[in-house]
Amino acid sequence: MLKNSIKAPDFKLSATPDKQISLSEFIGKKIILVFYPADWSPVCGDELAIFSSSLKLFEKYNVQILGISVDSKWSHAAFSENRKLKFPLLADFEPKGAISIKYEAYSTATGTSKRAIYLIDGMGIIRWSYLSPDNINPGVDGVLDALENLIGEK
Amino acid sequence: MALKPPVTNLDHIQGNSNASIELVEYGDYQCPYCAEFYYVIKELQNQLGTNLKFIFRNFPLEMHPNALHAAIATEVLAKYNKFWPMHDMLYENQAYLHDKNLINYAEKLGVNEQQFEQDFKDKSFADKVEKDFESGLRSGVNGTPSLYINNKKYEGEYSLDAILTYIKPLL
Repeated sequence: MLKNSIKAPDFKLSATPDKQISLSEFIGKKIILVFYPADWSPVCGDELAIFSSSLKLFEKYNVQILGISVDSKWSHAAFSENRKLKFPLLADFEPKGAISIKYEAYSTATGTSKRAIYLIDGMGIIRWSYLSPDNINPGVDGVLDALENLIGEK
Repeated sequence: MALKPPVTNLDHIQGNSNASIELVEYGDYQCPYCAEFYYVIKELQNQLGTNLKFIFRNFPLEMHPNALHAAIATEVLAKYNKFWPMHDMLYENQAYLHDKNLINYAEKLGVNEQQFEQDFKDKSFADKVEKDFESGLRSGVNGTPSLYINNKKYEGEYSLDAILTYIKPLL
């Protein structure tokens, strides 16, 4: 995992079949970047469903949540519709896992992103991160505490 | 991981308030695992009797379109001391959680449609659900159902046997 206080590597990835999103366009907003192994697997569904259901709370803190996995934009579109997710899922699809590798959140053994969360501040600096075992859904309490600490510092 | 905040008298509590085991469930009325787990809770209550205090907190996920209204409906019924009968009604009829079903259930429990609809619009009931949800996020709920036993997140298997085995040394 990348260390705190360094600049988060920029990226530009598909968020929907016809739209790309880059990290740099969110300057001024805090970002929670959620790497997860795969669309459709039950644990991920839970993790993302909880993030999605928590949006109201995160929006209070001027936070944008971005999900990211190596699945294609078409898989993301179907998955997102099925689970009624209200934040973008980015396709780290071609070259496969390139951004996950940059964020040290890629498993060559499984060929998927690991289950990792980064909190990035409004200046694009990594402020907190957490790597969870693949089969354990981390919940949002860790990143919520980190976010409140970050806001408390100001 | 600890329960935040701990149980207070604003919670819905079933059983002996001085029991040695305090079991808190975060649940969603439309979650199929929660509906299965509802019967596990009934059996735990049956076997543990006065040793168990059970608390239910709302954790309606957005992926379940009827879960939020169902949760608010139980809070409305709580005003008439019918929280637990409504709770049971919803889990026993999980396939039917549309607004019109909720009205039917309320009527069966003695709250007429007009009264129910009027209360339903009162924001305080939705606020209670949101508070429960937020407490779940802060307590590390990572799926439904999530259990907390004596203030600590239960990380074991969600079967009757596994939970009983975990609880026995705490009795």
